[in-house]
Amino acid sequence: MYLTGAEVVMESLVREGVEVIFGYPGGANMPIYDAMMNYPIKHVLTRHEQGAAFAADGYARASGKVGVAMATSGPGATNLVTGITTAMMDSSPVVYITGQVASSLIGGDAFQETDVTGITLPITKHNYLVTSAAQLAETIREAFYIARSGRPGPVLIDICKDTQFEKVWFEYSEEEVVLPGYKPPLHATKQSLDAAVKLIQNAKRPVILAGHGVLMSGAMGELAEFAEKTQTPVALTLLGLGAFPAGHPYHLGMMGMHGTAHANFAIQNADLILAFGMRFDDRVTGTLHTYAARARKIHVDIDSSEFNKNVKVDLTLLGDLQTVLADLNPIVPKLQHPEWLEQIQAWKQESAQRDILYWEQNGKLHAAHVIHDFWKQSLGEKIVTTGVGQHQMWTAQYYVQEKPYRLITSGGAGSMGFGTPSALGAWFANPDKEVWTIEGDGSFQMSLNELATLKQENANVKILLINNGFLGMVRQWQEFFFDKRYAATPITGPDFVKLAQAYDVPSIAVNQRDQINGALEMAQRTYGPVLIEFQVEPEDCVYPMVPSGAALDEMLLRPIKVNA
Amino acid sequence: MQHTLIAKVENKPGVLNRIASLFRRRNFNIDSLNVGRTENPEISRMTIVLDHSDLEPDMVKNNLYKLVNVIDVQDVTNQPTVTRDLALIKVAANHEKRHEITNLASIFRANVIDVASDSIILEITGTVDKIESLMELLRPFGIIEMVTTGQVAMLRGKANGYHPNGHKEISSLERGI
Repeated sequence: MYLTGAEVVMESLVREGVEVIFGYPGGANMPIYDAMMNYPIKHVLTRHEQGAAFAADGYARASGKVGVAMATSGPGATNLVTGITTAMMDSSPVVYITGQVASSLIGGDAFQETDVTGITLPITKHNYLVTSAAQLAETIREAFYIARSGRPGPVLIDICKDTQFEKVWFEYSEEEVVLPGYKPPLHATKQSLDAAVKLIQNAKRPVILAGHGVLMSGAMGELAEFAEKTQTPVALTLLGLGAFPAGHPYHLGMMGMHGTAHANFAIQNADLILAFGMRFDDRVTGTLHTYAARARKIHVDIDSSEFNKNVKVDLTLLGDLQTVLADLNPIVPKLQHPEWLEQIQAWKQESAQRDILYWEQNGKLHAAHVIHDFWKQSLGEKIVTTGVGQHQMWTAQYYVQEKPYRLITSGGAGSMGFGTPSALGAWFANPDKEVWTIEGDGSFQMSLNELATLKQENANVKILLINNGFLGMVRQWQEFFFDKRYAATPITGPDFVKLAQAYDVPSIAVNQRDQINGALEMAQRTYGPVLIEFQVEPEDCVYPMVPSGAALDEMLLRPIKVNA
Repeated sequence: MQHTLIAKVENKPGVLNRIASLFRRRNFNIDSLNVGRTENPEISRMTIVLDHSDLEPDMVKNNLYKLVNVIDVQDVTNQPTVTRDLALIKVAANHEKRHEITNLASIFRANVIDVASDSIILEITGTVDKIESLMELLRPFGIIEMVTTGQVAMLRGKANGYHPNGHKEISSLERGI
């Protein structure tokens, strides 16, 4: 059939199974928006293109499918940039479709013209400029394939306006995409598997570092089998939380800057590190020259450019994690490490003493208590997104993850403003569930315009706002390292309850611990968006903390406060 | 220590930009980069010479593989290869000096490709060492300008430097074991 370029775009999206697009119309993508009215794809109008990018990312992470965001040329496209970086850093499969000025105007500084493929070159897995409708269908097919395969990531397609009008013969190939320079690896070599078995056999104090790759390849079952067969404890990265059940005796919790003390001690004292689908980010290593200095290191990843990038390793296994572990599990012997597990148990005891559960009730409302109580009240079963900062770390620590794919957070990029729009996207992936976003007052104020979107879509998204009147994470650093000079960290906000009311969103403010459950229940009884503002202690700190420039086991620990 | 990589890339607009952008972004310093056509019109070939003692050639190679348009990368540093660079050198030469310069040129098998009343252009092909030796000898006459194409490299023998499985070769596999 003959279609316009704009119809080719929509028809191709239908073939790719797209259910929802988050976007914003403008001059250069109007033909696509016009065609959209004839296709069974839901469009969600966010209040800023950044919100559309974050929502598409949240949708992708919650559904395991490719998210789609749309924007017009120039400022529309540049507003996507933070969202694209966020998806790139966290390997999230999102396709962005941007309008571009007519191909005859390119290079002439036309109205709303920007070199979008140039700008997004280093922050996409791949990108395209399409100037002919004949290339459109194949380009979209490639883009979805590249976004979701191998190490997933963002792909951008910039489409000229005249291309959207141009008529072409439409065909959509059902065959698998073949690209001469793109072959995602699957199996690790036999040689590297055998070498791994040898190292695993000889280890006395092994630790698994499980990252986002476990979740992306769906290797949770294989990971648990490996850990149990070799009696190896598992520490998780922020994005790996949920990859290994928190209730498992070998679970060490999160590693790194705000990780558990016992995870960090285990890593620093290990004689074998098994890095599964993680990339040794500086937030998990502390200083590199002191990092796990006595350990041999095995790195399993699907992206060979991660090998030896930050941490030099002894053995690399290139492949899809689920496949590699499925190959490895039958050939590793059953192992026992009783002394090592005992040592770890002792470290765990010490961590538990410093836990917030031992804090005395002092009549003040602590953010950590709010999140802990929410976890208890909701049985830890909600899909939760976060902004970036202290509230994000407390969520990682206290909204404990037993199951995969329930925590959605901006890890690598650390993009404030991610929480609310990503919750909107996650809800479209799970429209029959309740999605919560735990936000800070700083983060939320970067995306509070999306309250209108939540209301327009009547999205069942609950905003749990931690309001401490500070850009808390920066304030914490200022407290520890800048002599409590609070430069630009005190932040005011609107009356959040009134603000929500202005958007016709039910809301309530809480400042006592005994009111928490009542407020949560109110939010759960009310279908659609609800905002709960928790007015918490302004100067709490996230513990433990590895100061920058320190070794991983040189943590600042929470002072022990036990009830007398 | 210099490393020489040969990359085969799709002949599409913007591919050179992607590679240049990658090198900038990852802070890889390159000594020379040559791009040219191959026997296949859909494929271009790059010869990349890295001159950086603390740079891991595997890092560069693995990052190049991440680019969708890069088909194959080979580190040919420790393999039998022929490498050639082509230089054009313009030397100040009046008619008294001209004979001396053409004599030097013929020793190095360089060609005289332009003669003017006060200058001469030589074309020389060879390894970087050979070109630099000629340059040293020409310097006293006065080099007005020079340009090189950057090195191109090819494996000796029948091997065509192409891995059908590209990605799967891991040279650092057994490091430290």
